[in-house]
Amino acid sequence: MKKTKEEVTLALAGNPNVGKSTVFNALTGLHQHTGNWTGKTVETAVGFREKNGKRYRLVDLPGTYSLMAHSAEEEVARDFLCFEAHDGVIAICDATHLARNLGLVLQILEVEPHTVVVLNLMDEARRLHMDIDTEKLSLNLGIPIVEATATKGKGISEILSAFAKPFPEKSYTLTYGEPMETAISMILSALCEIPCAEHKKRFFALRLLEGDEAFLKACDARFQGVFSTEDVENSVKTARAYLAKKGIETQDIAEILATETMTQAEALSRAVIKNDLRPVAFSKADRLLTSKAWGIPMMFLLLMLVFWLTVVGANYPSEWLSSLFGMLETPFYEFLISLKLPLFFVEMLTFGLYRTLGWIVSVMLPPMLIFFPLFTILEDVGYLPRVAFNLDGAFCKCGACGKQGLTMCMGLGCNAVGVTGARIIDSPRERLLAILTNAFIPCNGRFPAMIAVASVFFAGVFHGNSWITALVLALAILLGVMMTFLVSWILSHTLLRGTKTSFLLELPPYRRPQIGKILIRSFLDRTVFVLLRAVTVAIPAGILIFLLSHMEIHGAAITVWLSDFLDPLGVLMGLDGVILLAFLLGLPANEIVLPLCVMLYRANGVLSEIGSLSSLLETLTANGWTWQTAVCFLIFTVMHSPCATTLLTVKKETGKVRYMLLAFLIPTLCGVLLCMAVNGVLF
Amino acid sequence: MTEKPLCSLTKNEVGTVISVLTEGSMRRRFYDIGCTKGAKIHLVGVSPFGNPRAYAICGAVIAIRDEDAKYIRIRVDDI
Repeated sequence: MKKTKEEVTLALAGNPNVGKSTVFNALTGLHQHTGNWTGKTVETAVGFREKNGKRYRLVDLPGTYSLMAHSAEEEVARDFLCFEAHDGVIAICDATHLARNLGLVLQILEVEPHTVVVLNLMDEARRLHMDIDTEKLSLNLGIPIVEATATKGKGISEILSAFAKPFPEKSYTLTYGEPMETAISMILSALCEIPCAEHKKRFFALRLLEGDEAFLKACDARFQGVFSTEDVENSVKTARAYLAKKGIETQDIAEILATETMTQAEALSRAVIKNDLRPVAFSKADRLLTSKAWGIPMMFLLLMLVFWLTVVGANYPSEWLSSLFGMLETPFYEFLISLKLPLFFVEMLTFGLYRTLGWIVSVMLPPMLIFFPLFTILEDVGYLPRVAFNLDGAFCKCGACGKQGLTMCMGLGCNAVGVTGARIIDSPRERLLAILTNAFIPCNGRFPAMIAVASVFFAGVFHGNSWITALVLALAILLGVMMTFLVSWILSHTLLRGTKTSFLLELPPYRRPQIGKILIRSFLDRTVFVLLRAVTVAIPAGILIFLLSHMEIHGAAITVWLSDFLDPLGVLMGLDGVILLAFLLGLPANEIVLPLCVMLYRANGVLSEIGSLSSLLETLTANGWTWQTAVCFLIFTVMHSPCATTLLTVKKETGKVRYMLLAFLIPTLCGVLLCMAVNGVLF
Repeated sequence: MTEKPLCSLTKNEVGTVISVLTEGSMRRRFYDIGCTKGAKIHLVGVSPFGNPRAYAICGAVIAIRDEDAKYIRIRVDDI
């Protein structure tokens, strides 16, 4: 069969924070997350677009500052450009940081001259009164340039059209001057046998000259050792000896190449920017949000505000949903009866499955619908890097990396995401610290239980003050943060000893959030994902609990045996056996811990009617809960094993079962000990 | 004209990078962000704990810890 359409593969490359994913989404129409810190995976995204009878295959490479491959991201980007088949590159640049972005463009041109530069964030550049002469830049670089404002969809359609038109004859070539060029040509003459394009040979020669070991290994793997031939090795030796004679030591070559790239990028940028009034000072917002006196209190207040909005906003929809599920329960039951199913089965489906499902949806969905968009706004605006900036001093003292603050923020949404997000930390030791301590930050799945307990025991049901609930929640998270610091400190002085590595963190300018996209994105990418996971766990769990509490051994249900067995430990911790059992059974998903508790308290082993907060208070106090129990419950909710998904993610990310066990043991032990201590000292 | 490490740059001063006195990946990271010989640097802010500090380099704001910034030698021209 003949292929109906010509397929063109284009790679998207660019620095981090330039809106690369936004361009990718606009081109492909895929809904992909643009946040720079959401644990952007190193895997590349692929999307398709049909235009003018051609099928474009677009590969979104990870954001990188250079192609020197200092990080996993850069390696992926460089290997793709060097070794994978493609027809061109779309290089996305931040128009407001032209010089730095052009550095990467020049490196890309070394491997792929068929490149179109997209100058993104043009409206921001205009707002800063920067006057960029795009035509001149295009002329100087010898490649097409498209002006764009991807967030508004401007300039997107021109990108693919630029590839359809003929390219200028010759693109800009980075030259390094003498004696470097002579040295390069010495190596090039030994490379003439290698089957690849001329311009790529120059790139290979440069890497050979500077001795980029990792890259040469990758090349050898692709080209069956053509770079380790005696000829090539001799030419490198001669070239280096030649440079040494001219006063350039081998270890300085990489630096000279990098400096030359930057110098030329700056010159190119200077030549086309007429008016550069970029700020060299903090904005007013940053002066407040990162100030010595206000930086940390503002962080706490913001956190509280987010929780307050979540608590207040979730209240009503939660009640509507639970009464909806309550109303539909009898019809559901009768429908099953009418199918002539056995009574036991009907009850299992109604009181086991349906009620658990109703609980989860009505308790979880509303807070998520509010928390996730709020959180995504903070992320979109660019606040999260400021959190890392504010907290880095403390992380540094604990031997950890400030970017751990970002993974903690992600953990608030979902610990599994936080663990994956630890990839943004370069040092393996510091990454492990972030992974092992992530569970100390309560994830969104644990909020509903905390909100419920905090509001019935501390804020009062009837004239409950939602600010109190938000405060309790924020304090619980503060406890988690403190524990993260403490445990990181202990770990980096015991199991994970090592030297601190360098820390560079960009604080991108604040950007206006795109509210519409945030709503869609946070709903599709996060809410639906987390809810589906909870539901798929809840269904078997609901059935399992129903069975466990209906199967009897020696006249008592299995759940009773289990909770009696756990009771001594539970009492020691200020809790009871039922609560511990609920935590154990809730391992697949933390969301179901409180519903399970209530269900186990009811001797009939079915979830209480999907009820209001006042009925929750009744059930809990009837079973011996006091405010002390509530305190211990909150502590243990912050500190216990992360859910099964997170544990599996830890294993996947670290590749070791050992670390998965540690991720389980560390928070659990801390929780058990702290609960015992609090229970022993206070009560 | 005075020469000193980046971490002792004060506000209202403009530093010019003279050299980067470190090796390996850290040196390259500095190059990536545009911290090369001749680049202009301003101090724009200090975090609540006093460390790291935020610098404007190449039009971007970058947070660098003092223990890393001490490797960057800068020249400050008297105004």
